Amino acid sequence: MSFEIFLQYCFSGITLGSIYAVVAIGFNIIYNTTGIINFAQGEFVVLGALCAITFSRLLIPVLPFALAMSIAVILAVVITTFIGGLIEIVFIKWINNPTVLRLVIITIGLSFLLRETSLHVWDEKVRALKYFTGTEVSSISLLGAHFSPQVLWVLGVTAVIVIGLGLFFRLTLTGRAMRACAASSNAARLCGINIKMMVTISFMISAAIGALAGCVTSPITQTQYNMGSSLAIKGFVVAILGGLGNSFAAVGAGLILGLLESFSIVLLPNAYRDVVAIIILLGILFFKPSGLFAKKEESALKEF
Amino acid sequence: MDMKRYRPIGILLIFVICVQLVFTLSGTEYFLTQIIMAAYYCLVILGLCLLMGYTGQISLGHAGFFAIGGYTQAVLTTINLSSFADSGFVRFLESAGILFRRTDLYGEEILSFSPWIAIIAAIVITIGIAFLIGIPVLRLKGHYLAMATLGFGMIIYTIVIGTRFLGEADGITKVPPFQLLPGIVVCGKMAHRVANYYVAWFLVIVGMIVALNLVHSRVGRALRAIHGSEEAANAMGIHSSKYKLYIFVLSAVFASVGGIFLTHYNGSIGPSETSVIKSVRYVAIVAVGGMDNLWGCLFMGILLNFLSLRGVFGSFDEVFFGLSLIVIMLFAPHGILRIAKVQELIAALRELPAYIKERIGKKKKHERHTA
Repeated sequence: MSFEIFLQYCFSGITLGSIYAVVAIGFNIIYNTTGIINFAQGEFVVLGALCAITFSRLLIPVLPFALAMSIAVILAVVITTFIGGLIEIVFIKWINNPTVLRLVIITIGLSFLLRETSLHVWDEKVRALKYFTGTEVSSISLLGAHFSPQVLWVLGVTAVIVIGLGLFFRLTLTGRAMRACAASSNAARLCGINIKMMVTISFMISAAIGALAGCVTSPITQTQYNMGSSLAIKGFVVAILGGLGNSFAAVGAGLILGLLESFSIVLLPNAYRDVVAIIILLGILFFKPSGLFAKKEESALKEF
Repeated sequence: MDMKRYRPIGILLIFVICVQLVFTLSGTEYFLTQIIMAAYYCLVILGLCLLMGYTGQISLGHAGFFAIGGYTQAVLTTINLSSFADSGFVRFLESAGILFRRTDLYGEEILSFSPWIAIIAAIVITIGIAFLIGIPVLRLKGHYLAMATLGFGMIIYTIVIGTRFLGEADGITKVPPFQLLPGIVVCGKMAHRVANYYVAWFLVIVGMIVALNLVHSRVGRALRAIHGSEEAANAMGIHSSKYKLYIFVLSAVFASVGGIFLTHYNGSIGPSETSVIKSVRYVAIVAVGGMDNLWGCLFMGILLNFLSLRGVFGSFDEVFFGLSLIVIMLFAPHGILRIAKVQELIAALRELPAYIKERIGKKKKHERHTA
C-alpha cells in the first residue's frame, strides 16, 4: 500500500469516526442524566438531515446560497430539538418505575415510529444536502491524498460540539444541574433541581446534536429514511468503546472505529464493512464492558 | 401427570379444525394461506416468549435464527451437485439416500440434499450458532444484551446481503416442495393447502406442548426465579447461566424450525426475513401477548401476523408494530390479555360451561319434578 492510499484511508476513517462520535455523544448525554439508552438516537440524525434537505430546496432559489443553507440547517436543528423534547414529554416523562426492558422496548418503538413517519413525510429516495462549500468534485489535496472540503466541515462541527458541550456542562448552571442529576438524582432533587426538566433538556440537546450531525454529514454519506438503526448501532459501539457516558472518550473511540472500518476494506469485501463494528461491539461487551478509557472505580458505579 | 394442562390444547385443536371447515365450506379457503404463514411465524414468537417472558432475557436477533434455519434449508435443497455426480463420494451419498435427484421447472436435472437431511443440518447449525452466540451474549444484561443481540441480527443481515452464495438481495428461490409423508407435501400449491394448514398447526401445537411442559416443570420454576432475581436464584443453587443458555438455544431452534418450514412453503427466502424490523416485530407481538403468557402470545401472534399478512395495516404496517410496542409498554406492560376488563371477560367465559351445565341440570331436575 502506498503512502497516499494509506493517507486516503486515514482521512475517510477520520470522517466516518467523527460522525460516529457525534452520534455516541448524543447517546451519552441522555445516558448521563437518565440511565436510558435511547435507541432512537440514529433517527434524530436522519430527521435533521431530511428536514435540512427540504428547507434548502425551498430556500436556495430565493435566497443567496450561504444564507439559505444556514437558515435550512438552523430550522432543521430547531425542529428536531422540538421533536426530541416532545418525545420525552409524551412518552418517557410519566413512566413511574421503569424497568430497563420496558425502556428498551419503548425507545425501539419510538425509533420505528420516527422512521416510518419520515418514510411517509418524505419517501424512500436517497437524498443529499448540497455541499456547504464547493461541489462533489472539488477536493483538497494533502500529501498526495485527496478529500472533500466537506470533511473539514464535519471535523470542525464535531470539534465545536465536543468543546461546546464541555463548556456547557462546566460553566452554565443548567449544565451543572444536569451533571448533578447524573451523579445522584436524589441529591440533585434535594438541592432543588427540577430533574424531570433536566431529562427533557437532555433529550432536546441530544436531538439537536444528532440533527446537526445529520446536516453536516448528509452531503458525503447521503440520507435515506432507514439509515437510523445502523447509525445508532455504530454510535452505540463507539459509546461503549469509549466508556458509556464519557463524551471525550467517545471521540477517541469514534476515530478508532472509523479507522478500523476504513482499513477493513483491505482485508474484507466492502459489503461486510458493517460487520467490523458489530464484532468490535461484541468483543468489547464481553471483555471490557466498562470501555477502553474508563477507570475501574468509575464504571463500578454505573448501572448498565 | 396433570391432564388439566392439555385441556386448552384440545380446545385449540377443535377450534383449528372448525376454522378450516368454516373456511372450506364457505369457499374462502384462501384465508388459510395467511394462517399457515402466521403459524410458522408463531413458532418464533413462542420461542421468544419463553426467552423473554420466563427468563427475562430480551433478544432482538431472532429473525437471525429464523433466517439461519431457512437459508440453510434453502441452500442445501437447491445446491446442484450433478456436475460432481461421477465422483465416488457423491455417488456414495446418493446411494445412501442423502442426496436426491429431481428435475426442476425447466427440465434441468438437479442433484441436491434431501430436505430431511437439510432439516437436520439446519437445526444442528442453528444449535451450534446459538451456543456460540449465547455463551458470551447471555453474560450481558439490559441495554447491553439488547444491543448485542441486535448486532447479531445485523451481522446475519449483512452476510446474507453481501454473499453471492446466499443470493444477495434476491434471496434464494426455487426451493423444492418437501414430501413429509405420502400425500402430505409442504409447498404453496393450492391442492395442498389444507394439508399444509394441519402441518403448520401440528408444529405449533407440538411447540406449545413443549413450551407448556417446560414452563410447568422444575426448570420453569427455575427460569421464573432467574427472571425475578438472578442473584437470589444463584444463591438457591440454580445454575442460572446454564438455564439461560439452554432456553436461548431452545428458542433459537423454535425460530429455526419456523424458518425451515416457511421456506419450503413459500418456495423461497429473502433477506427481508432477517431484517431488524422482523426481529422487532417478534418482540412487539410477544409484548402485546403479555410476555410470560404463552397462550396470549400464541393468540396475538396468529391474529397480528394474519392481519399484517392480509395487508390490513397497509403501508402503516411497521408503524402499527412500533406504536403497539410503545402503547403496550406504557399502558399495559403485562399484555392486552391482562388488562382488568379483558380479564373479567375471560373469567366470565370460563364460567360459561359451568353455568350452562347448572342451567341444564336445573331444567332436568325441574322436568323430573313435573314428571
